[in-house]
Amino acid sequence: MTPKLPEAPDPAVEYWQNLSEGRLTFGRCRQCDHAWLPVSRECPSCLAADWRFEASTGDAVALSWVVYNHAYNDLWADRLPYVVALIELAEGPRLMSNLVGDFDPTQLRIDHPVRLVIESEGDTAVPRFVPIEQVPEDGDTT
Amino acid sequence: MGERIVIAGIGHTAFGSLPGRSTVSMTVEATANALADAGVERDVVDALFVKPPTSFSETLYGAKIAEALGLKGLGISGAWDQGGAANISLVNFASYALAAGQCKVAVIGFADNPKTGSRATYARARNAEDNLFGWYSTMAYFALFARRHMLQHGTTPEQLGHVAVTIRGNGARNPAAQLQRPLTLDDYLDGRMVVDPLRRDDCALISDGGAALVLMTEKTAAEVGVERPVPILGFGQGLTSPSRPDLTRTGLAVAAASAFAMAGLRPSDIDVAQFYDCFTPTVITAIEDCGFTAKGTGGRFVEEGRIALTGDLPVNTSGGLLSETGMPGMQLIVEAVRQLRGTANLQISGARKALVTGQGGAMQTHSAMILGQ
Repeated sequence: MTPKLPEAPDPAVEYWQNLSEGRLTFGRCRQCDHAWLPVSRECPSCLAADWRFEASTGDAVALSWVVYNHAYNDLWADRLPYVVALIELAEGPRLMSNLVGDFDPTQLRIDHPVRLVIESEGDTAVPRFVPIEQVPEDGDTT
Repeated sequence: MGERIVIAGIGHTAFGSLPGRSTVSMTVEATANALADAGVERDVVDALFVKPPTSFSETLYGAKIAEALGLKGLGISGAWDQGGAANISLVNFASYALAAGQCKVAVIGFADNPKTGSRATYARARNAEDNLFGWYSTMAYFALFARRHMLQHGTTPEQLGHVAVTIRGNGARNPAAQLQRPLTLDDYLDGRMVVDPLRRDDCALISDGGAALVLMTEKTAAEVGVERPVPILGFGQGLTSPSRPDLTRTGLAVAAASAFAMAGLRPSDIDVAQFYDCFTPTVITAIEDCGFTAKGTGGRFVEEGRIALTGDLPVNTSGGLLSETGMPGMQLIVEAVRQLRGTANLQISGARKALVTGQGGAMQTHSAMILGQ
């Protein structure tokens, strides 16, 4: 075990800094190759503190999503209805985010492909996702 | 576990809006009722297990409750933070302490007052960055889970509606329930969509209330003349990881498997179940994860009327969290005890084995318990 500095920087700070520079990053363990979010000091797979930030390609799927018709916080009252989704990046890590752009939520399918867009929320760069239109499968008449 | 442990007494407060009542006061009232029900004096209590309130935070809460109950010289007292799964987990820990001879009469208690107090905990963002995505409320987590179940298994809004209609129907016939208004499937479907795919009537009540249990060994119960002890046959706990491969499977599968193995029983042995129905999708997934039907078929199970009073697995016979009270969750254990004593309001004829489940947070924590004669 290597002793750690008591005041080591919170890895979340670098995560948000990376976003402001246009990169959605996640933790990649140098010991066991596990990829994860949210970033944490130790790899949740092997508990090693030996890891690096890796940038996502931005390809992902929406595992599930909800449509808010009620604002639990005034910050979001004028954005109703809005969509929050559980995203799984192509590299594996999962994160909560929004689905944005011009789309009909009722037409989304299971594991719907989505692509990263980085939007500004005040001074913060926020990772959000745009659903990608799907070509109907063979035999699908919808 | 060695010595068989029994629930010797049950007690609760009124359910609904109880202005001015602290969680401490409600726990004292529920405990006094449970001790009277068991027919034992307060002074024989030598262990206290409590769940801290959900709607506000407390430290050293066990000591606070012990003081209010006038309990002196306790061997064990403390609180267990596991959300709505904790009630059954406290039975778990109390049972082992009793079996080991570490205590003789244990009280388990929980109360909360979000209705007249604060319900902000249910609307909160769990992490600071959630504000950036509008990711608020407990309900939304269950909506996210429900959507995945619908996408993956074809579960329908009507099937969720059947859960609400069944349980609200039971609650309508319970004179002690906070909400005694039955619900039709049309009412359900016409209800306001809050966080799609969940509607108003998918959601548990916001309530003030408390409940308590008195536990002892079967031998002690016989010695002190407890009239209607109900044996604890098995229990278990489980945790759901957010990174699990299949989002529609929960830690209740682990909790229930543990409870069934300890009891030496199978799902088909259960006569009545009290599922933690904080939101309707949890009932469908609990039926699956406890092994009553295959994963993905819980919606059909419900739609076929099998959870009705006349079905093969009647559930939440006093109205559950959807109708009887949103707090404290322990009323599910209380109702299971009433069913096995044969004193329930909507008594299932010949009920001999009951399953109870608990769940905490946004489906992270789970517990299961089997009671039986």
